[in-house]
Amino acid sequence: MTLVHEPNIDQSLIPILEKVSDPEIPVLTVLDLGVIREAKLSDGLVEIKLTPTYSGCPAMDVIGDDLRKAFADEGMVAKIELVLAPAWSTDWISESGRNKMEAYGIAPPLSASADKEALLGKKKIVKCTLCGSTNTHVVSQFGSTACKALFKCDDCLEPFDYFKCLK
Amino acid sequence: MENQALYKYILGIADNSLILGQRLGELCGHGPSLETDIALTNISLDLIGQTRSYYQYAAKFLGENKTEDDVAFLRLENEYLNVLLVEQPNTHFGYVMARQYLFDVFHLMLMEELQHSKDITLAAIARKGIKEVSYHKRFSGDWIKRLGDGTEESHAKMQEAINDLWRFTEELFQMTEDDRLVTGEGVGIDISKFKEAYYDEVTALLREATLTIPESKFFISGGKEGRHSEHMGYLLADLQYMQRTYPNMSW
Ligand SMILES: [Zn+2]
Repeated sequence: MTLVHEPNIDQSLIPILEKVSDPEIPVLTVLDLGVIREAKLSDGLVEIKLTPTYSGCPAMDVIGDDLRKAFADEGMVAKIELVLAPAWSTDWISESGRNKMEAYGIAPPLSASADKEALLGKKKIVKCTLCGSTNTHVVSQFGSTACKALFKCDDCLEPFDYFKCLK
Repeated sequence: MENQALYKYILGIADNSLILGQRLGELCGHGPSLETDIALTNISLDLIGQTRSYYQYAAKFLGENKTEDDVAFLRLENEYLNVLLVEQPNTHFGYVMARQYLFDVFHLMLMEELQHSKDITLAAIARKGIKEVSYHKRFSGDWIKRLGDGTEESHAKMQEAINDLWRFTEELFQMTEDDRLVTGEGVGIDISKFKEAYYDEVTALLREATLTIPESKFFISGGKEGRHSEHMGYLLADLQYMQRTYPNMSW
């Protein structure tokens, strides 16, 4: 189950895909987020396989619409298929995506085992996005969206989101 | 209908998520604190998201022009196949957490098995759901411990909630005719086999929460056969209102 699934994306489509961002975390493009599993151009039709982050993520409908619009602006028709398997993992967020997320004020996901310890309040390892201190604590395991938990820094007192590990 | 048994099997799983998701959704803006309010609605969203995936699949059995909305909104009460546990009304927060935990333990066990189903769609939905349901169980389990082993009042309320909801737990493991048929084909899961593990896990957590395990052997069921408690009609009236009042409306 830990197969590495590299997305299969036509190079020519990348500049257009880069224009579509996550409506909830606008600094991340759909490529940073790793939700585009396949994007192929054939006979003027763009076929995209999109995978949801969480089952009920309302951003998915919006991302689908935004993708269709981005391609329509370039005179192309995009057909979007929602695929559930393999299930999306936070490991698919790109390195640049993780950096952008942190600069935006959301602590990027830790490894699965570290994530559990952080969320159960057993270890102080989530780094404050404002001052960099790890003297932080979990306020709520559920944050402003299903994918995030709410943390607070005990040094600078900044409240911030932590993107939960999902794998 | 072709493959009626599989259709009903899917509903038997999906309706639990829909109805519990609806119950939690009713609490949006009414949680006891901002954090718990957000958590309850996030859990609701996960459950309804899972429901959508199941219903999109189930709608294919209904014919050409049917969608997930037909499955969700246009059935009669006796056509919903959820267990009685999930339709029980929201009273206090401890009760909501007890209902949640008693379902989450079962739900996670089911997802862990269903991910190996021969049916690739069900397996994919389950594999995705496992990650979400693990968070749900962690959240509800934490609250059982915190309230059970909390103040005198929170302990009493949690005990009362467990005592009240206990009678609905056995239904989780009952198999319908359709369940057996689909399980025989390697698609469904024999839920009766993890009954013991379920009670072991729940009992251990309740003990940790300093709560007493109910001794009552009185259990009620019927939801899986479409026979619901008096609360279900009110829930559906709310859930189906828009589609019943403005047929075929869409956002
Ligand atoms: Zn700080």
